[in-house]
Amino acid sequence: MSELRNFTKGFVKENPTFVQALGMCPTLATTTSAVNGLGMGLATLSVLTLSNIVVSLIRKFVPEKIRIPIYIVVIASFVTIVDLVMHAFTYQLWRTLGLFIPLIVVNCIILGRAEAFASKNGVFASFLDGLGMGLGFTASLVLLGSVRELLGSGTIFGLPVWGKAFNVFAMILPPGAYIALGMLAGLFSFIGIKRRERQKAKSASEKVKA
Amino acid sequence: MRLFLIFLSAVLVNNFVLARFLGICPFLGVSKRLSTATGMGMAVIFVMTLASVITWLLNLLLVALNLEFLTTIVFILIIATLVQFVELFMKKNSPALYEALGIYLPLITTNCAILGLALLNVLNGYSLLETVVHSVAAGVGFTMALVIFAGIRERLELVDVPESFKGLASALVTAGLLSLAFMGFQGMVKF
Repeated sequence: MSELRNFTKGFVKENPTFVQALGMCPTLATTTSAVNGLGMGLATLSVLTLSNIVVSLIRKFVPEKIRIPIYIVVIASFVTIVDLVMHAFTYQLWRTLGLFIPLIVVNCIILGRAEAFASKNGVFASFLDGLGMGLGFTASLVLLGSVRELLGSGTIFGLPVWGKAFNVFAMILPPGAYIALGMLAGLFSFIGIKRRERQKAKSASEKVKA
Repeated sequence: MRLFLIFLSAVLVNNFVLARFLGICPFLGVSKRLSTATGMGMAVIFVMTLASVITWLLNLLLVALNLEFLTTIVFILIIATLVQFVELFMKKNSPALYEALGIYLPLITTNCAILGLALLNVLNGYSLLETVVHSVAAGVGFTMALVIFAGIRERLELVDVPESFKGLASALVTAGLLSLAFMGFQGMVKF
């Protein structure tokens, strides 16, 4: 049961993008379309899962004082591998994401999970944690990418939804990224507040009954 | 002329925060007060220039040895070490400066603007002088965006914002409007 929770907590409750506000740079920069968001999400997901596994495997041998540089080398190695693999097999996506593939190294989600989770937990739990957090990150990127693509070019994953007359070109440009993410963060926090209010009302009415 | 264009392009047109999306974490994190924003900005300008000069020199070595695929690993390690080193050096030799910038230095290691800048310099094939100009300009652009944003946020604290938009959401929308204003510089310099 707790293993399942390791896996699912990244989706909503500890969602890296909307709740923890981590890894903002790639989130804003690569979500010009749903496909780009998906690509960046999957690249980060693979680095996160692999680095979580390795950090968890070596956690007993790593001296406390130099753990951060060691984690960074582990992460940077996997980023290099992902970079080379994407260059070889998904060249178009590699061109679009460009600078932001090597910059996965400094994505705070990855070092954050290595430090906060993988360095303290077993291999399987760390694997699930990395997979769950990575999927949560990917889902947020695809959501933001879809919103921006829909408003900016009237398509989702390249499928046309409405005519060109509705397009707001600015949504694909940098300002659109900030505004769309801000609106989504507002929506998430609105849902959170409503849910808390409902719970409070529920517990209050139960108290009255008792 | 080329140097001037590089400078203008990095400060206004391709502003690191508002157009390139590099260094968003400190941009959102330390922009609540004007004074901390200025301190962070100064620390970033300093580390950026130092880091990009050193990585530029190292890249010559990597190219000579045919090891370009190691760029990411080498650069991030150099930056992390450099930041630690600068911190120790400042602590010992200029305690006043350390007082002012010290708390921001560790945060800079994970600032993607530094690594991004180092990689961009190599990608664009800049000469050493161009690298220095580009780095200073990128730092100045970052500081400018950070200070303007902090100024707006200080005012925003006093305004009655809807409950669910407090904090991150309103900050992001504000940044969007700021970025919209900077879009006006687009097309001014092609670089």
